[in-house]
Amino acid sequence: MFLFIAIPLVTVFVQSFYVTQTVYNTVSVETCTPSFPTSICTTSEKSVPVMDKDNNPVTKTVYVGLDTYKSVLETGKVAKLISSGHFFDIFSNIDFYKALSFTLLFTLITLPLVLGVGLLIALAVNNVSKRMKGPVIFVSLLPFIITPIIGALSIKWLFVSNGLLTRVLEKITGHEISVFANSWSIELLMVFYRVWHVAPFAFVLFYAGLQSVNKDTLESAIIDGASRFERIRYVVIPHLMPLIYFVTLIHLMDTYRVFEEIIGFASQAHVISLQWLTYNFLEPDDTGNRAISSASASSMLTMVGIIILLAPVLKRTLRDQKKG
Amino acid sequence: MKKSTLSSLIILSTLSSFSYANCDFKNTQEVKTISASFAAWKAVTGAMAECGHVSSTLDSEFKTKVGSALAANPSLYEVAGVANGTFVPLLNSGLIRPLDSLVAKYGQNLNPNQLIKVDGKIMAIAMMINTQNFMYRKDIFDKLGLKAPTTWDDVLVDAEKIKKANLVEYPLGGAYKAGWNLGLEFINMYLSYNAKLFDGNQPSVNNAAGIKTLEMMKKLSAYMDPEYLIADPTFVQKQLQYGKIAMANLWASRATAFDNKEESQVVGKVYMSATPKSIADGRPASTMWWDGITIAKNITDEQADNAFRVAMQGLNEDMVKKNTDAAIWLVKGYKPSRLSDGAIQNAIDRTPSYPLTSKIGLMHSALGKDVSDYLTGQKTAEETLKEVEYDYITAAKESGLL
Repeated sequence: MFLFIAIPLVTVFVQSFYVTQTVYNTVSVETCTPSFPTSICTTSEKSVPVMDKDNNPVTKTVYVGLDTYKSVLETGKVAKLISSGHFFDIFSNIDFYKALSFTLLFTLITLPLVLGVGLLIALAVNNVSKRMKGPVIFVSLLPFIITPIIGALSIKWLFVSNGLLTRVLEKITGHEISVFANSWSIELLMVFYRVWHVAPFAFVLFYAGLQSVNKDTLESAIIDGASRFERIRYVVIPHLMPLIYFVTLIHLMDTYRVFEEIIGFASQAHVISLQWLTYNFLEPDDTGNRAISSASASSMLTMVGIIILLAPVLKRTLRDQKKG
Repeated sequence: MKKSTLSSLIILSTLSSFSYANCDFKNTQEVKTISASFAAWKAVTGAMAECGHVSSTLDSEFKTKVGSALAANPSLYEVAGVANGTFVPLLNSGLIRPLDSLVAKYGQNLNPNQLIKVDGKIMAIAMMINTQNFMYRKDIFDKLGLKAPTTWDDVLVDAEKIKKANLVEYPLGGAYKAGWNLGLEFINMYLSYNAKLFDGNQPSVNNAAGIKTLEMMKKLSAYMDPEYLIADPTFVQKQLQYGKIAMANLWASRATAFDNKEESQVVGKVYMSATPKSIADGRPASTMWWDGITIAKNITDEQADNAFRVAMQGLNEDMVKKNTDAAIWLVKGYKPSRLSDGAIQNAIDRTPSYPLTSKIGLMHSALGKDVSDYLTGQKTAEETLKEVEYDYITAAKESGLL
């Protein structure tokens, strides 16, 4: 616990306040690169790293306080946009808020869908004949065991302009379909994929919960003339409530870190998420630069977001446990 | 068990007797190489393996590994294959050694333009050049009476005609995938306006040339598959191979794919020309890249000597003759073919090299991330360029450049 959770967290936290920089020196350098028929040699002013006596680049680490957070949150630009009355531009113009708004929207839209679809499958499976139950449960679980990134890539290949499903849909509708050309259609596909992928998890838990519903209560509800819907609403759901909280908790945590869909669908031109933003800072560019301090700050902010999001659910679960 | 050991011994011995066939000497020391994974590297490492005791790692994600692999002491690889971009971090961290003395000893067969010199010292040996050049369907162009375009404005005119003729699904293709590819497309087009990306270490893209570049990219994108922001070079290559597009500015290293009967439906129909220019007196809107070998610093001089000697066997005439079409080789014995026309014309027209600096990486990332905001209509051209400069400055400050 301490080794694998606390130490990395603390190091990331500390790193977000420091910046490690290479010390550069501006010199005039002649470089020759190949061409036809001869090389092209150019002399230009270049910033090259200063080397120490062992020929390793010299670096310095400086304490920058909250500067990195400020640059990730782009506080200056936010203030400017608010004062000029363009408040909503913040969510389309600045990466962090663009990512935040999509992440939140995605989390909150998929949550009820996952709970609803999971419950529906569980109720349906509960009602099929005993002989069929095994195979039906197995098939319903399949989406959940697919590696998320592989699932996302498969969906992309099916729906890309020359993909199998797009071709079929184009034949049927007679229209050209370009799912990956608009942000709304990409977002829709992402929601669909996430619900398809995670609903089986909710289903398994709910199905297990359904096995322990008090049969007597159900029977007396039938005698009292409760309809099927009323039985579910007043008997089954209250019984499943602790499980619903549990699924909500796990789902919020998982979905707030939405990442595979962005990479799998290559959607960064249209849609980005907080986790992708951290990845983008951390990913070295061609010349080997990476923004570790910004990545640390961005991941700390993501964590704060998760905690805020989970607080109400956690509070409720704890209260229920105390009661129980 | 015994049987399988015996048979593998037989296989090994036949392999090794065959291996020394095209190598001038018998290598006894182990040489390990790491490089990107494409046809040219397969050819070169294959030729090196003929000397024996060579093991090669060809890895398309090699750029994230090569730095730490060479930083180990002793280095995990003796030979690292690099390109313009990936060369810079190795050079800046002092992980590769000067090759002057080794070139004097073993480099008699090298062409002078293969030597990559930094500050007077030879730091890498280039083996091939690569550049994005214009590729078009000659049959379609002939049918409509069009000539290979020389400026991007001509491309727009041609694209309109091809669209009207309705011969292909989309007139134009482009590797506009958000990220690295899109960033490079901007850089190519922008440099062709004779504009500069930097003013010292400060960014300078928010200017008339920057706005014109964005506008041209948007105009061109109207003739592409609407999903152009996820189109990487492989996607565009397939579009051209399957006859879905009529032209594209694509990597020369992919040219042979169009004459590959197994996967192309347009064999013999795709012709190459220089990349169109942004303005008539500009240079082709492309950048020159090279791939080549470097030798790690953290190995003994003796190992370096041997590794370089083996590497030279990978870059000999014999290899080039067997793999003429795999790349635009700089090695002696290379004879250009129809498919290399465009790239060579680009070189003759003085297409600028992709810069060898660390700031270009930061600029490239910022462009790759932000240019799509203009193309999707989320920002105006000026806002987009401002954002690019902001992102560049933020990253440059963090890395210590500013």
